[in-house]
Amino acid sequence: MKITGKDRAFFHLLLAPGMLLLIVFAYLPMVGIVIAFQEFNPTKGFIYSEWVGLEHVRFLFELPDTLQTVRNTVEISLMKIAAGLIVPIAFALLLNEARIVWFKRTVQSLVYLPHFLSWVILGGILVDVLSINGGAFNQALSWFGIQPIFFFGDEGWFRFMLIATDVWKEFGFSTIVYLAALTGINPALYEAASIDGASRWQRTIYITIPGILPVVVLMSTLSLGNVLNAGFDQIFNLYNPMVIGTSDIIDTYIYRMGLIQAQYGLATAIGLLKSLIGFALIVTSYRLAYRYANYRIF
Amino acid sequence: MRIRLHRLQAFDILNYVVLAAVSLLCLVPIWHIAMVSLSGEGPANQYIVGLVPIEFSLSNYATVLRLDKFWDAFGMSAARVALGGLVNFLLTVMMAYPLSKETSYFKSRNVYIWALVFTMLFSGGLIPAYMIINELHLIDTIWALVLPGAVPVFNVILMINFMRQLPKELEEACLVDGASQWAIMTRIYVPLSLPVIATVTLFSVVGHWNAWFDGLIYMNQTEKYPLQTYLHVVLASRNLVNADENSVMASLTDRSAISTQIILASLPILVVYPFLQRFFIHGIVMGSVKE
Repeated sequence: MKITGKDRAFFHLLLAPGMLLLIVFAYLPMVGIVIAFQEFNPTKGFIYSEWVGLEHVRFLFELPDTLQTVRNTVEISLMKIAAGLIVPIAFALLLNEARIVWFKRTVQSLVYLPHFLSWVILGGILVDVLSINGGAFNQALSWFGIQPIFFFGDEGWFRFMLIATDVWKEFGFSTIVYLAALTGINPALYEAASIDGASRWQRTIYITIPGILPVVVLMSTLSLGNVLNAGFDQIFNLYNPMVIGTSDIIDTYIYRMGLIQAQYGLATAIGLLKSLIGFALIVTSYRLAYRYANYRIF
Repeated sequence: MRIRLHRLQAFDILNYVVLAAVSLLCLVPIWHIAMVSLSGEGPANQYIVGLVPIEFSLSNYATVLRLDKFWDAFGMSAARVALGGLVNFLLTVMMAYPLSKETSYFKSRNVYIWALVFTMLFSGGLIPAYMIINELHLIDTIWALVLPGAVPVFNVILMINFMRQLPKELEEACLVDGASQWAIMTRIYVPLSLPVIATVTLFSVVGHWNAWFDGLIYMNQTEKYPLQTYLHVVLASRNLVNADENSVMASLTDRSAISTQIILASLPILVVYPFLQRFFIHGIVMGSVKE
């Protein structure tokens, strides 16, 4: 089939508004990265601000906070990735064993819910429920004789709560892909195994788990691209000065340094390093996903 | 055999109990806050409300719904959802249709695709993005909340993948009949893609409702905050304003008022939730279908 000049013009016309918006709001900011090499002054703009070369990058490596935030970011996100893989898989396997249809439906409706609420709302709810001054969870713990715990004020607990509440919000939604994979397993395999006398546990180990393994590999490789995203929305809505030492991540650091303290050059330099490493991570994760799980975005 | 059957049943019972407990864990915190919002101010502030309201009253809702600040924020959120949802919807269809064509048919396709995908891989970061909005004088306007995310790249890719697996014969038959590309798009592809269009539009509407950070940085005037940003600011200040109990801020940040505002801000999501649930599973499965 041949494309006519009119059709081609029509296609370009359809794409033009979106492309223009991408140029202004995605590509221009990439050019704006030059701020990282300037003593940026908003009144002078991108071109006339004083150039300082790699001064900001050099200074960055001298700040003790930088290393700490990078370490926090990687530690928190790796723990979230691990928990975010294990819990949904386990939950999908358990849900797959349940046979009552209305029960399964109800469970799914309930566990997907937190995914759709913002961290502002969930932060508000969690801070109340887990509060040390009369919070419902601490009241429940006291029935078992456990002293109230300062979940969001104790550095050790706070880290754990970041992982736990992130899993709480997302595990339900994450089970969807595994449940889809489970329905794709050929039922004849289970029947054959049952006839051969395989127990439920053996069927799980030898049929179910190998059956969903490709999806597990895919989700693990794709999650690699998020190692530098430890969850800005969550941490920004939950953290406080008491726990900032172990919960300050790259994104919160950039926000405070850039938009609160107006250290534009320094904050952009951190952002640039993050974007560069993030780029390498995403490209690697897509390549691994393509190689080991035959995944393409197109 | 008998013993084995018995063990299986024990596992089933345990499994149902675990599943029920985990599900309740997702609901109970939200439920608890809803019950606090429906209780009298006394019981709420004494932390004695559990899973049923004590001294049931709707007066907290009456109080919050009389606040101008709350309605300003609600109006801003409604406006960004309507405008942002519309812009996202139009741009998704407009970009996905031509990009769903074969490269042999539409040669520039690859260039556009790469331009699109690259924005997912690399970004200028927070500060340059802020400076661009500032330079364009979009601060304190609704466009600052709508335009930066106007092209929902992920949704466009979902749509492209869906349109590509529609039968090619449809388009060929139309071309033989002399239909224009405009007619093929609006009369064949858009109607056939309606389930995916509904899904991705619902996604972007929910995204717009839930967005709060852009409001925080792009809006200097607090009366232009969208609801989630407003709620974020109220929540962030709740520990700081115990000093003056008669101030406006103190009346916004007592436990009853906070719980009520949390529930009101989640209400639209809870209302569309049944539709979301019906659509999103299809959406995820459809997006993953590739040839």
